[in-house]
Amino acid sequence: MSPALHSMISFLQTWWVQLASGVLIVAVVPLIAGYVVLVERKLMADMQARLGPMRVGPHGLLQPIADALKLLIKEDIIPDDADKVIFWLAPVVSMTAALVSMGAVAFGPWFQVAKDINIGILFILGVSSLGLFGIVLGGWASNSHYALIGALRSTAQLVSYETAAGLAIISGLLLAGTLQIRSIVDAQQHYGVWFIFLAPVAFFIYLVASIAETNRAPFDLPEAESELVAGYMTEYSGFRWALYFLGEYANMIVVAAVATTLFLGGWLRPFPNVRWLNWLDLLPALFTAAVGVYCVYRAGKQPVRVQTLFMWAVAALCFLVALILAATLLVPLLQAARPGLLGAFWFMLKVGGYIYVFMWLRFTLPRYRFDQLMHLGWYLLIPLAIVNVFSVGMAMMLESEFGWNRWLALVVTMLFTLLAAAFLLHLNDKRTAAASSAAAETSDSYAG
Amino acid sequence: MLDSIIFYFFAGVAILSAALMVTRRNAIHSAVFLITTLLATAGIFLQLRAEFLFIAQIILYVGGIMVLFVFVIMLVRLDVPLNHITFRFQKWVALFVAMALACEVGVMFWYVRRLPSAGLLTPPAPSPDKLPPNSEQFAKVLFSNYLLPFEIASVLLLVAMIGAVIMAKKRT
Amino acid sequence: MHDETTQKQNTLLGADELVINMGPQHPSTHGVLRVKLKLDGERVIASECVIGYLHRGVEKIAENRTYQQFAPYVDRMDYVAAVSNGLGYCEAVEKLLNAEAPPRARVIRTILTELQRIASHLLWLGTHALDIGALTPLFYCMREREEILKIFEKYCGARLTTHAFRIGGLQYESYDTFEKDVERFCKDFERRIQEYVDLLTGNSIWIGRTRNVGVLSTEDCIALGASGPVLRASGLAWDVRKATPYAAYDQYKFEIPVGTKGDTYDRYIVRMEEMRQSRLICLQAIENIPAGPILGKVGKVLKPPPGEIHHCIESPKGILGYYIVSDGTTQPYRVRIRPPSFINLQAFDKMARGHLVADVVAIIGTLDIVLGEVDR
Repeated sequence: MSPALHSMISFLQTWWVQLASGVLIVAVVPLIAGYVVLVERKLMADMQARLGPMRVGPHGLLQPIADALKLLIKEDIIPDDADKVIFWLAPVVSMTAALVSMGAVAFGPWFQVAKDINIGILFILGVSSLGLFGIVLGGWASNSHYALIGALRSTAQLVSYETAAGLAIISGLLLAGTLQIRSIVDAQQHYGVWFIFLAPVAFFIYLVASIAETNRAPFDLPEAESELVAGYMTEYSGFRWALYFLGEYANMIVVAAVATTLFLGGWLRPFPNVRWLNWLDLLPALFTAAVGVYCVYRAGKQPVRVQTLFMWAVAALCFLVALILAATLLVPLLQAARPGLLGAFWFMLKVGGYIYVFMWLRFTLPRYRFDQLMHLGWYLLIPLAIVNVFSVGMAMMLESEFGWNRWLALVVTMLFTLLAAAFLLHLNDKRTAAASSAAAETSDSYAG
Repeated sequence: MLDSIIFYFFAGVAILSAALMVTRRNAIHSAVFLITTLLATAGIFLQLRAEFLFIAQIILYVGGIMVLFVFVIMLVRLDVPLNHITFRFQKWVALFVAMALACEVGVMFWYVRRLPSAGLLTPPAPSPDKLPPNSEQFAKVLFSNYLLPFEIASVLLLVAMIGAVIMAKKRT
Repeated sequence: MHDETTQKQNTLLGADELVINMGPQHPSTHGVLRVKLKLDGERVIASECVIGYLHRGVEKIAENRTYQQFAPYVDRMDYVAAVSNGLGYCEAVEKLLNAEAPPRARVIRTILTELQRIASHLLWLGTHALDIGALTPLFYCMREREEILKIFEKYCGARLTTHAFRIGGLQYESYDTFEKDVERFCKDFERRIQEYVDLLTGNSIWIGRTRNVGVLSTEDCIALGASGPVLRASGLAWDVRKATPYAAYDQYKFEIPVGTKGDTYDRYIVRMEEMRQSRLICLQAIENIPAGPILGKVGKVLKPPPGEIHHCIESPKGILGYYIVSDGTTQPYRVRIRPPSFINLQAFDKMARGHLVADVVAIIGTLDIVLGEVDR
């Protein structure tokens, strides 16, 4: 056998799992993102006293597929003077950045494409920041003055909040002591408590910054419909627009995954070290079984036979998953599979919870104006994040050098951070009060 | 063997993008090719197991400096190609510099023949378990041996940031 | 969706003036309104509203219709608050005829008009919040408005362009469960208003978007002729229902909400409070609807004596005035309508100067204009 073929075979033998997972990510994540869109629409409808998509499939469950098909067969409109290559490239860059950063995300102790990558969190942060090229090139390629302005604004917003997000992540990394994703979660297990309890201010800063990074409300002025300046997506129609849109939702999943890994304990169950709470391990199976029972209950109420069968199929799937999850607990032979499968379930649950908070905020809050948005990022979040890094570092030093109790050190330094936050908010109020009392120009209304 | 293929792929992309970058008329196209070059270089770093350098290249060069370039090109409308060359001797200067560079590269290739394995690149065998994490090594060295340059660089960056803010404020 | 044309400028970094065009089709202009904005960078330095896209010649049509035939046209002006338009017109013609609607008709008219005020303000709140980015209040407001429209439909058969009143009183007797429906709605409504208040009033993003945006002082309001919540938010407590009471308003106790600064936030607070006051008026009114006839003695053919009359009412948008000149025939000589939205819209330029482009949408929303009324 030629040496090239030999090395290729040995490469495949060692890395076939990673390759398959990579292909799986590219194939599956857009579909998952599509269903996240459906979940958002149903959730939005529920919070707005209506029903949401109901017609396509039972309870609208086939809506994303219908939307994807429709967008695929739409006419591909390219503006006349647009740069064809860059116009084609921009949504691709956006989607690629989101998918590649998904590669380093660990969905459980076993499920990670870039296994044990040394620089885990940094990789995700760095590659997902490449997505802003998709935005800025898309705005430029549209050859429209307003698409460009919208794209530049969006990029400026992304860059500002990336700084704040990075600083918030640093606080979490200080507690973990490493960039490797596996080790961060192991550190949380070692501490016995999720990092959100050790550094809640950092979690909050990351929550706000990640909403701004994914261009979600209340920070979605650059892409809002009722605003004057059209966003970077204006000239994109059909599947190109779908790529942007799905890239945004894939980004949301990535950002939620980072927050879950760093602050919410990754794939650990609540109270991972407490022995007498081991029965919590049953929750995944029970939860999935409950969903299955609900599907069976709804299946009886469907108007059409096809929908009934569909709900039965979904219920069967839920029961199967519940069975697998329970089997890892009950069957001694499958004990080894327990951390992997249960961990994956807890991870998905936490990511889902984080995304739920994103959506909840979107439906509740009005939109920030662009200058208010930038002011919030630079004057409030970044100083607070810097203070927080300092205080978490102080807490760790107090614990290691001066032998303080860990919790005492963290509480004391967190009070310091909250004091700083109160001070910053006070400065902010003073600034808005000063801006409002600035005298408006006096003009004569009676003048013609 | 596979390593060589990967290396030559990245190196080829880097060289091709660099060549395309300097020959484009449209500044945005050049910027995009520069991004590709930088990403290919980062790929080479990754292949050499220098993971921190790989991600630093991506975050700082591509995600920071190239974004700045692209912003400036878009805001100042540099993507409209120039119609005429204003500097008359540009061709002669370019020829001179290119020849000087070619001589340097040729001399380098000549001397490299004396090095073991003819100076061709052979990446080390992969053993991720044996190597300590990249960023830790980086941090240990940076904060012990190179602490003073690190602090000076930080202060320099801070001064540059403050200067930029002051200059921007003066405009408005 | 967006129709934006710009004048070319050399560099984006320069401080060149730029004229951009918003509308006439735009998600936020509440109708076919075209706004030309002259910008210096981000700030608006001048603006011009181009109207007339919905002009239907209503006042000219009035000259060729009898008084009763013209009544349905009036609904189509401010189509969001059709009942108020009808009230103003019918009362104006009744004044011309020296007739009066019987007490029962007056009370039922008041109830329906106040319900219409609530419905109009609900629509305003939903769309204004939507423009500013809050997606949810619109659906809650529509849910409440639906209840009011159901009451209208039960009463006169139509939800939007109701033609509820007739000259001289009412045509339809109130239906059996009218009082119960109104009472149930009003009892429920307090809780709903609290929902809107919870969502918006204390919300710092909402305050940040509406405080000090579109400030209009009392002198400016009077000079420009602005009326309604716009005037009351700037500090002057002027309400036609209290100043020159019409229908049955003098029988009920209600407050006039007044603002202090005349900015968008104050207008929001004033309209919210007006909804509460309307609810109180309805509750007071349904307790005691006098029995009696619903149509006064006006005859089938209306030939008012020659003369002119001006009658104004407080519509949800402001002072709605009807100036009718009669020449003794069955058709009016001239009907001139004083549309509150048209006159309030004049204040737009004054309010928008110095603000950012993103505030323009909020300012148009806060004026609560209906293009049917602006253009007639």
